[in-house]
Amino acid sequence: MADGAAPVLNVRDLTTVFKTRSGAVHAVNSVSFSLKPGELLGIVGESGSGKSVTMMSLIGLIPAPPAIVSGEAVEFGGLDLLTARDDELRRIRGARIGFVFQDPMTSLNPVFTIGYQIMEPLRKHMGMTKPEARARAQALLELVGIPDAERRLKDYPHQFSGGMRQRVMIAIALACDPEVLIADEPTTALDVTIQAQILELMHELRAKLGMAVIWITHDLGVIAGIADRVLVMYGGQIVEHADVRDLFKQPRHPYTRALLQTVPRVRGERAERLEVIEGQPPILHAAPSSCSFAARCPFSFERCLRENPARFEVGPGHDAACFYDFDAGGPRDVG
Amino acid sequence: MLDDPKVSKILVEVRDLKMHFPIHAGVLKKRVGEVKAVDGISFDIYEGETLGLVGESGCGKSTVGRAILRLYDITEGSVKIDGIEIGHTPQSELRTMRPTMQMVFQDPQASLNPRMSVSAIIGEPLDEHTKMSKIEKRAKVMDLMDQVGLNRDFANRYPHEFSGGQRQRIGIARALALNPKFIVCDEPIAALDVSIQAQVVNLLEDLQAEHGLTYLFISHDLSMVRHIADRVAVMYLGRVVELASREQLYEAPKHPYTQALLSAVPEPDPWIEDKIERVILQGDVPSPANPPKGCNFCTRCPQVMEICKTDEPPTFEIAPGHVTACHLYSATNTESAS
Repeated sequence: MADGAAPVLNVRDLTTVFKTRSGAVHAVNSVSFSLKPGELLGIVGESGSGKSVTMMSLIGLIPAPPAIVSGEAVEFGGLDLLTARDDELRRIRGARIGFVFQDPMTSLNPVFTIGYQIMEPLRKHMGMTKPEARARAQALLELVGIPDAERRLKDYPHQFSGGMRQRVMIAIALACDPEVLIADEPTTALDVTIQAQILELMHELRAKLGMAVIWITHDLGVIAGIADRVLVMYGGQIVEHADVRDLFKQPRHPYTRALLQTVPRVRGERAERLEVIEGQPPILHAAPSSCSFAARCPFSFERCLRENPARFEVGPGHDAACFYDFDAGGPRDVG
Repeated sequence: MLDDPKVSKILVEVRDLKMHFPIHAGVLKKRVGEVKAVDGISFDIYEGETLGLVGESGCGKSTVGRAILRLYDITEGSVKIDGIEIGHTPQSELRTMRPTMQMVFQDPQASLNPRMSVSAIIGEPLDEHTKMSKIEKRAKVMDLMDQVGLNRDFANRYPHEFSGGQRQRIGIARALALNPKFIVCDEPIAALDVSIQAQVVNLLEDLQAEHGLTYLFISHDLSMVRHIADRVAVMYLGRVVELASREQLYEAPKHPYTQALLSAVPEPDPWIEDKIERVILQGDVPSPANPPKGCNFCTRCPQVMEICKTDEPPTFEIAPGHVTACHLYSATNTESAS
């Protein structure tokens, strides 16, 4: 991450623990990453891998207690979001950092019109008058490709289809020209033809507006088409980080490799038998003291069971948290 | 897993199946219209094969699965399973036939009773349909648990103590209990993580090979259907728009909807992603309560013609075993094109 401009967002050593009645859950464990201006950073992982909790934690959307969010720092716009006051965070959320969530029906308020909901951040964060906000809201709906925008401002969420609702969510997230857009599984609830529309829209919006995006998904196909750089999460940790092409060409963590082999494809060769990742994802009752993938890993050896690997650099801008060295075909040569 | 489905026997025969749900409105609950969830579809499923049924949400694919098992009273049409017409048989008479046809549901959380232990869930069909003794039943349940890869020691545990993938195994064991011939798998892997999906799909394939099962595999996941199905039917707004062998459908899709659908699937490979020429469909699926006149797909079709807006397309067999309902393939069009 040495090249280019200073990161817009820099997360160092973020950890989130939930205290529940049935014990602690270590949902996010020492996660560090940075986001460069204008790039799209993809975060892939399965359910429970900690991708959403990481995002919610870094902008103070996790209720604490029961959660305990700690870490070295989350640097954004000259502030440390971990120590920022509530009113400082409120001025950032929805304004300088926009959000799009998975299910647009539950994140839109059913009793207010779409126009009202797009105008709300404009009036709160940017101090616009009603007519100014309405004009901007209409322009935003046009920007995200909703036809007949002027009339549709008066419609309620249930009058929109799933894909259109997600466009509305994107319009709200973009309302105050955010520096960072966080999209959490924004196309997961959509059908594949509608997903293609939203991905296409995202390409256009990035070209037009140039904001940095964090795109959370479990779908490797979506990542391949949209991301510049990728973080792979497993068991609340980042297990691999690389440019998208490096990741798909030379995955260096056994989990990433297994994931790429297990998904069937619509194009090209068809495998007679699917590759399987045996076993279950880990239950995160304690901070990791060994590699969290070791129990399911075909390459694991004794060290993986007694020590949690750090993220080792395996190439330029490419790191993997694994003691096995695929280039050497054996254990990694580290202290 | 058949090389030539033609030589094999037809196990499930569906003809002109319609499933319309009434819409009631007003204080008197007057019938004001109907949702044409399934609107005249026909297909066969050969013994021992897997027919994939794909389509987007709301296209009626799950309704088809439920209707051919007669979980609904169908509006019109005929369904024959193993040569017996069950389309309009009263539910009471259907009970005796239930053992031959079973279902695996999408959401293993919702389809397993949280108050029943695993052995009670898997054993319930045996209580209902057989006169096995307690000991025989216990042995059968254990055998089923072995077959689906569940640890026997967990027989007395409850569904919430299992992960999603294991719960789906419980659902599969229950479906297998009565040695069915035909199983409808309704989105059996949609609720599971990718690393668990392959485990369940491989299990379904193993069980099929072992017991000679016939599957209707309903899914929106086109890549998984390509993996598991021998033949594939594509649905759009209550109708089958294309039906072909797996190879024909994925390598040479004919219907504009199938082409758009396949092109929309993202590929986990950045180099291929760069080269895909996507057909991005405009707009949304129309309401099945008020489908467009003519071809159902005419409002979004990139190759729409005048005739599509007035006449419903008939089904054309464009190659042996490859049928599609699209005016592009009518005789007059093919002639004028060539």
